[in-house]
Amino acid sequence: MSDTTPQPSSPDKEPASEAQAAQNALDNTERAELATEPGQPAPKPEPESSLGRLFLDNLWAANTFTVTLLSLVLAIVVGAVLMIISDPAVLSTYSYITSRPSDAINSSWTLVSEAYANLFKGSVFDPEAFSAWVSGDGGWQAVLAPISETLTYAAPLVFTGLSVALAFRGGLFNIGAQGQAIIGVIMAALAGFLLPLPPGLHLLVAVLAGALGGAIWGFIPGILKARAGAHEVINTIMLNYVATYFLTWLIVQNGVQDPTRTDAISKAVHGSAQLPRLLGDNLRVHAGILLAVLATWAVAWLLNRSTLGFELRAVGANPDAARTAGISVTRTYVLIMVFAGILAGLGGSNMVLGSTASALTPLVAAQIGFDGILVALLGRVKPWGVLLAALLFGALQAGGNRMQSYSGISLELVTVLQALIVIFIAAPALVKAIFQLRAARAARLQTSLAKGW
Amino acid sequence: MEPGEIHALLGENGAGKSTLMNVLYGLYQPDEGEILVDGKPLKLKGSSDAIGAGIGMVHQHFMLVPVFTVAENIMLGAEQTRGGIAGFLDRRRARREVTEVSERYNLRVDPDAVIENLPVGIQQRVEIVKALTRDVDLLILDEPTAVLTPQETEELLTVMRSLKAAGKSIVFITHKLGEVKAIADRITVIRRGRTVGTASPEASRDELAALMVGRNVRLTVDKAPATPGEPVLEVTGLVVDDDRQIRAVDGVDLTVRAGEVLGVAGVQGNGQTELIEAIMGLRPVLAGTVSLAGERIDGWKPKKVLRAGVGYVPEDRSVDGLVKEFSVAENLVLDIYDRPPFGAGLALKPDAIAASAKERIEQFDVRTPSADAAVGTLSGGNQQKVIVARELSRPLKLFIAAQPTRGVDVGSIEFIHSQIVHERDIGTAVMVVSSELDEVIGLADRIAVMYRGRIIGIVGPDTPREEIGLLMAGISPDATAEPGAADGTVTDGGPASADGPANEDRA
Repeated sequence: MSDTTPQPSSPDKEPASEAQAAQNALDNTERAELATEPGQPAPKPEPESSLGRLFLDNLWAANTFTVTLLSLVLAIVVGAVLMIISDPAVLSTYSYITSRPSDAINSSWTLVSEAYANLFKGSVFDPEAFSAWVSGDGGWQAVLAPISETLTYAAPLVFTGLSVALAFRGGLFNIGAQGQAIIGVIMAALAGFLLPLPPGLHLLVAVLAGALGGAIWGFIPGILKARAGAHEVINTIMLNYVATYFLTWLIVQNGVQDPTRTDAISKAVHGSAQLPRLLGDNLRVHAGILLAVLATWAVAWLLNRSTLGFELRAVGANPDAARTAGISVTRTYVLIMVFAGILAGLGGSNMVLGSTASALTPLVAAQIGFDGILVALLGRVKPWGVLLAALLFGALQAGGNRMQSYSGISLELVTVLQALIVIFIAAPALVKAIFQLRAARAARLQTSLAKGW
Repeated sequence: MEPGEIHALLGENGAGKSTLMNVLYGLYQPDEGEILVDGKPLKLKGSSDAIGAGIGMVHQHFMLVPVFTVAENIMLGAEQTRGGIAGFLDRRRARREVTEVSERYNLRVDPDAVIENLPVGIQQRVEIVKALTRDVDLLILDEPTAVLTPQETEELLTVMRSLKAAGKSIVFITHKLGEVKAIADRITVIRRGRTVGTASPEASRDELAALMVGRNVRLTVDKAPATPGEPVLEVTGLVVDDDRQIRAVDGVDLTVRAGEVLGVAGVQGNGQTELIEAIMGLRPVLAGTVSLAGERIDGWKPKKVLRAGVGYVPEDRSVDGLVKEFSVAENLVLDIYDRPPFGAGLALKPDAIAASAKERIEQFDVRTPSADAAVGTLSGGNQQKVIVARELSRPLKLFIAAQPTRGVDVGSIEFIHSQIVHERDIGTAVMVVSSELDEVIGLADRIAVMYRGRIIGIVGPDTPREEIGLLMAGISPDATAEPGAADGTVTDGGPASADGPANEDRA
């Protein structure tokens, strides 16, 4: 019979070919990696150079830190161009730049330098307030005000950033931090004005209610992914809408809406459920930032030093190998989303239990969930990196307010700056090309940012 | 290279064969040195330059679009259009070219078949046709037989001979000695990026292997006769479906005893993968039972099966065996990370993990810059050693190794085989599944041959390979019970299984 058919066993080959094709695909990437190896030792600098030289060399190599920093610089430069273009008075000086270039240069410099100076003064340190305090004309609060503002804005972003980063490490792209934060806001606020509890306990319950709300909203896409294979990106986006409109609906219901108001605003959270302010009543910074640092530490420990984190990272990097090694991938997916939800929910609690707002409004959660995605990317999905990134974003927000009122630069520019920073970070090759950085090993890691897809 | 010559490039994994060929094909730029074509130095900036210079390459992983037809794939990158500016694709012409080339070189392919429906051997043939339509004089085949069944390999060798007869030169990259001897005119051996010698195909296998790894290696496995004990793994009437809900294992009965190696031979895709995955709890058992030392384990979760004392080397290490981004140390505890001493409660113990990694790396001779290096940066053989080290470093009742030495260099093969035999000698039941017949014959004390989801014969290791080959092809001689008797009657004309240069033309 084998005389008539050219391949006697071809009917059985199909499964083989598929399995083998997969094998091939992997072999090939493996090979590609192997193949690049011989090239790697070459660009290493001469080993005999001094420590300082080595430091500079490494700094200029395209490592994560340098690329991040340069992305910031690039964003600031592009931001400056945008400021100049959007200011008609400055722009008009460019019409006669050939005859009097100094006009254009001076006016541009004044505009840009003042704007960025205000950004700095509003977020980090204001020398005028400091000299006023030294000479006795002003209080110390004014000196700390910029930092206080920065920390206030940063706290919720730390949580949502951690939420996205944690999911990312587990191989899931949690676009739903916004929805989880909104449900967190709702639960925290309801607990804050509906439950008559003693101080201390009330706060604890309200914070935990926020976490629970986020956990529920994370659990849904998690279980759908694990059981039905539904893609978490789509489900979390949809759940964001559900959460947003649920909030809008809930606010105007009897028992929730503030009876003295006609607009969409709920009753205020009781004082006993509010996060204590850290530096007196005049400064907005509250205990949320301490919780945020604690959460960062907890997530870092969870990821790197716990068995659960090991499972999570294994599932994120290679679910097949994790499954073969006995790790339950479905259980891990659900846990990842629940943890991500808890973190985002805590971020939401911060928005209503802190000093940003004390009652529910349709926009009470602002954009913290979506900003969390940017924060996570900027922080390279590492917990402490997320904390730093959130501080940067908080500073941009805080400084942006001052920039708007003092320099007349619209607050949206800050959003543009944030977006630009992340774009440059997401395109490390671009930054490297612009600054002619030497290729470094870190470059390969960066591409993994896109792996969630 | 001479015209009309088959030049084999032989070397261990990671020796630099593929890199060299990628340079030749213009994918990588050389740091030093130059390439001469017809005596003229050649500067290649990309693969299109290489094609222009008459160099074609068939990659180990085929560069085909799975949802396109054969003809579409072949015209890809050199699309012919008609209709002027409208630029309609000239599919008819592409089809004609395919037919023409495949007739000229006797490479049968259907231009209208969709790639993803074709077996791997045919896909490879499409790649070759694709290279030939570009009018190449030099064809580079990068590990072409790694994914082929013995029959397909034989067909490929025939194709190579006919290409040679047509005056094409072929560079044949491989680490399989048998094929090299069967086909090559000249052999260059590469080790660690250097040419270490040239040999003629008359050189013995042992000589070539020694040249490849730089020392003498044993290709046969040294082992004492087995002393089988109690049955450890008992499989009865097992039925399992594959991913596409097609019956893959159809009523398999198996017993593996303590202290013996049961080899499972078979052309890939006859249910071996599914059989093992079902035993490991990775795939649902539809009917039948699996017991480990008398206890039913079907329906258990993989973790429970592993914990019950089963070691498992999966077939595809980069998919199922390792997390490439993880360090060597982390991969060494991938399935025991939560057991003492590596984990206590929710906490990991990095010190214990590092300490045991150091020990294991030493013991299993894993060549890695450090225990913290990502496993993906190691060579295939060392990656495999990491898996073997992980699985063999805990007390086992049953050890299952699927394709334990696929894509592994000769030196590592020797080491892994000796570890497997050692595990048998300390009384573990061992099951080895391999599509390399030599490996199965070398390791096994009994050989079960799988064909279309069934065990169609269990034979001793002294059975002639031709007979096992016939079993693998589904031809079950009546005399399975008395091995050897059926030999003379069916050997000729049957699809021989291995790399013997037999049966040039079966059609």
